[in-house]
Amino acid sequence: MGTFIVRRLLQAIPVVLGVSFAVFMMMHLLPGDPAIIMAGEAAQPAQIEQMRVNLGLNDPILTQYWRYITNAIRGDLGTSIRTDMPVRNEIFDVRFATTVQLALVATAFSMFFGLIIGIVSVVWRRSFLDILLMLIALLGLSVPNFWLGVILINFFSLQMGWLPITGWGTPAQMVMPALMLGIGGSAVIARMTRASMLEVFNQDYIRTAYAKGASERIVIFRHALRNAMIPVITVVGLQFGFLLSGAVISETIFAINGLGRLMIQSLMNRDFPTAQGAILVCSLLFVLVNMCVDITYRFVNKRIDLN
Amino acid sequence: MADLKMKGNHVLEVEDLHTSFATDRGRVDAVNGITFAIDKGGTLGIVGESGSGKSVASLSILQLLEGTTAHIRKGQIRFMGQDLLTLSRAQMRKIRGNRIAMIFQEPMTSLNPTMTIGSQIAEPIIFHQGKNRRQAWNAAVEMLELVGMPEPRKRARQYPFELSGGMRQRVMIAIALACGPDVLICDEPTTALDVTIQAQILTLVKRLQREMGTSIIMITHDLGVIAETCDFVAVMYCGKIVEYTRAFNLFTDPKHPYSKGLLESIPSHEEDSDENLKTIEGTVPSPYELPPGCAFAPRCPYAKEICHETMPELDGEPEQKVRCHIYQTTSTESPTEGGTVASYIQISDMWKGEELW
Amino acid sequence: MKSHKTAKNVQMYIGAGIVLFFVLVAIFAPLIAPYDPLEVVIPRRLQAPSSEHWLGTDDLGRDNLSRIIFGARVSLTVGVLATAIGAATGVIFGMLAGYFGGKLDSIIMRMIDVLLAFPGLLLALAIVTVLGSSTRNVILAVAIFAVPGFARIVRGATLNVKKLEYIDAIRAVGANDFRIIFLHIFPNILSPIIVQATLNVGGAIVTAAALSFLGVGTPPPTAEWGAMVDRGRAFLYQAPHMIYFPGLMIFLLVVGINMFGDGLTDFLQPKKSR
Repeated sequence: MGTFIVRRLLQAIPVVLGVSFAVFMMMHLLPGDPAIIMAGEAAQPAQIEQMRVNLGLNDPILTQYWRYITNAIRGDLGTSIRTDMPVRNEIFDVRFATTVQLALVATAFSMFFGLIIGIVSVVWRRSFLDILLMLIALLGLSVPNFWLGVILINFFSLQMGWLPITGWGTPAQMVMPALMLGIGGSAVIARMTRASMLEVFNQDYIRTAYAKGASERIVIFRHALRNAMIPVITVVGLQFGFLLSGAVISETIFAINGLGRLMIQSLMNRDFPTAQGAILVCSLLFVLVNMCVDITYRFVNKRIDLN
Repeated sequence: MADLKMKGNHVLEVEDLHTSFATDRGRVDAVNGITFAIDKGGTLGIVGESGSGKSVASLSILQLLEGTTAHIRKGQIRFMGQDLLTLSRAQMRKIRGNRIAMIFQEPMTSLNPTMTIGSQIAEPIIFHQGKNRRQAWNAAVEMLELVGMPEPRKRARQYPFELSGGMRQRVMIAIALACGPDVLICDEPTTALDVTIQAQILTLVKRLQREMGTSIIMITHDLGVIAETCDFVAVMYCGKIVEYTRAFNLFTDPKHPYSKGLLESIPSHEEDSDENLKTIEGTVPSPYELPPGCAFAPRCPYAKEICHETMPELDGEPEQKVRCHIYQTTSTESPTEGGTVASYIQISDMWKGEELW
Repeated sequence: MKSHKTAKNVQMYIGAGIVLFFVLVAIFAPLIAPYDPLEVVIPRRLQAPSSEHWLGTDDLGRDNLSRIIFGARVSLTVGVLATAIGAATGVIFGMLAGYFGGKLDSIIMRMIDVLLAFPGLLLALAIVTVLGSSTRNVILAVAIFAVPGFARIVRGATLNVKKLEYIDAIRAVGANDFRIIFLHIFPNILSPIIVQATLNVGGAIVTAAALSFLGVGTPPPTAEWGAMVDRGRAFLYQAPHMIYFPGLMIFLLVVGINMFGDGLTDFLQPKKSR
């Protein structure tokens, strides 16, 4: 197990390097010269050139990347062109925590409803209820979340006046963003849970459980669910990534001051260091979450795989 | 169909059981009217090829066919005189694992991979004997000891993946016998195991049967297992019992041509024997296209016209019944010269049962 | 079991019907649209649905129904083309990785891992920002976003087919690698590719619409459903119909695609679902 974790960590290193390089190159290709942006539109050519030298923009691209990555490892992600604040502070002071919270609340939401829907449809499998629930899951899977967000605002805030339109922090403020982000995830988890449970129901050990005199309830919750959760764990990990990127949309709609909004705003403003840092941090978080999921999966699956 | 006489000491009586599958191509009668009974402490073998309906019959007894397309269409399954088919789900649950238990073919997949051995054995004890977790756990450890598991305390805390196939089958036996059932159904208990382990498991089952007075239904395709464990044996072919007799008689004086075929296709262990191993010609007919007469007629070397037209009844003495026109018309006279099979019984004790087909 | 199967079949036909409807609308858009989708008529701005404008008008007085009809063209084009490009790229990389294995496999899969490390929409968002907002660039971004999914599935399927004995037999006869890959492996892994492609079209349409919603997708004034929802946000009070209908269209179309895809999965990969 220990060696597996070490190996998995080592495997993540080239991925992280690849991601950082890809992000770096993309920012480099962005139209717009950071030197001009920093020096101001009215600056003299000489001033701009001076700025280029100061920023190291005249160095070879790989030198620039190396400087960026070594600085990043020391915790220096550069300085925002727009606000002159260190990017690290822009990201980690408030926004990082907000976005992670958002993703966690949405994950909790989607797991809660996804598991309930999945289990209910398995208990009454092949009934009308099952078909209905799976149809609802299909709808949940298909609804564009940005539209759902706007519809939610229209209904809960404008029409009913129940929930605040913007912000993040109070439980009331969390309902709509979590709902908007979590519905797709619920649908995916519900479908996965159902499929996985039905698969498990065909296993010999389920028959053994019935042969012992176990009730349907015990078979489902003690024998089937635990085994069926193994593939579901992986899906939850992937969902977390979608939630991180979904944060771009929900933070835009609900004016939440998080990482996603920072990302899109800095991209639009050509604030390269900030955009670069935000994308990098998001990707690293995603890689980290998936690594944890992999390790958990491996840990749980070890019991099954070795025969 | 002639009834088998039901005696007072029968623990389990199955009468005219029909179990069918609904398939896309229509109804398939996997078990098509079988009748048998088991004495207290006795062992009945049910032997047949795969697809003969023997496993479906055993699953029907415990009504473990849920989730499949199979259903019991007709018949009675009387346990201690009570028809199990009239019981509610809750009442049936009190029978399963408690009064009637079952061991399955695949010890590798029949245990829950995410539960410890101990808690899996403890489960039926909790369900049926109302013991708390701690008591049930201790009982489980005792069961592990009883089935010959070394270091039972340590093993109880392990997961199935840490055990070998033979050890897992011991665990399955421990689970099945945890509540001291009256009847134990063994569905191909040794098929998936190594030859050397097979003998150990059969010896264990026989020992526990003696100690606990359990009746056993031994489902197998392996005549070696029958020879080692059974008092009576029912030979099944295409969902019907074609011969029912004492196990000893089956090996010394088989009546039905199919039984004879089965015996002749067992490899003789006499090294210098230059006789060729016989096989039964042809294949088992498709369950969708069963012949109108005797299902074995198309493969039967002795088949007459009547065999292809009408299905014979299971008939004969209470302790030896045959479903065959030829046997019934020629009465006691056997259609072939025996001989080859007589020698089988001598080697049956050391014979450990390779795959036959 | 039977009822479940029929329900799935019905689902598949309904899905196919919905998709076909949108395809026809897209093809015959100029014939069925009652107005010019780009014609700005300020006096009739923000009108609620009426007999003249069935789905109302937007803030520039453009007819919503006509814009939605033309929007079907953008969404379907983006969804299909992005999927086709993504599938072609992913299939080639996946087959190469799966068939040749070794170093090539490691290199390709590490590249795929890097693509996968960008959570969800983020990669497409970054790409469009870099390349600039245009429908063509949205297609490219969404295509790249789809590559890892195809590559992984195809690699797995290729590994399975490669194990089959007849592939060895063909190789023994002296067929070269590319012949084997395209003539013998590719046809055998077609079903998972078709299933993935179908389901991917739905995802691609939503992703493209989301990019437009965020203001980095298909640029105005082209009628695009995601952009229409975004525009409607500012007029949520006065004219909620501006967001209802375009979003509903995306929803409907994607539901249709997913229904069809689910049915197709059952049909082509019966083991996968029950």
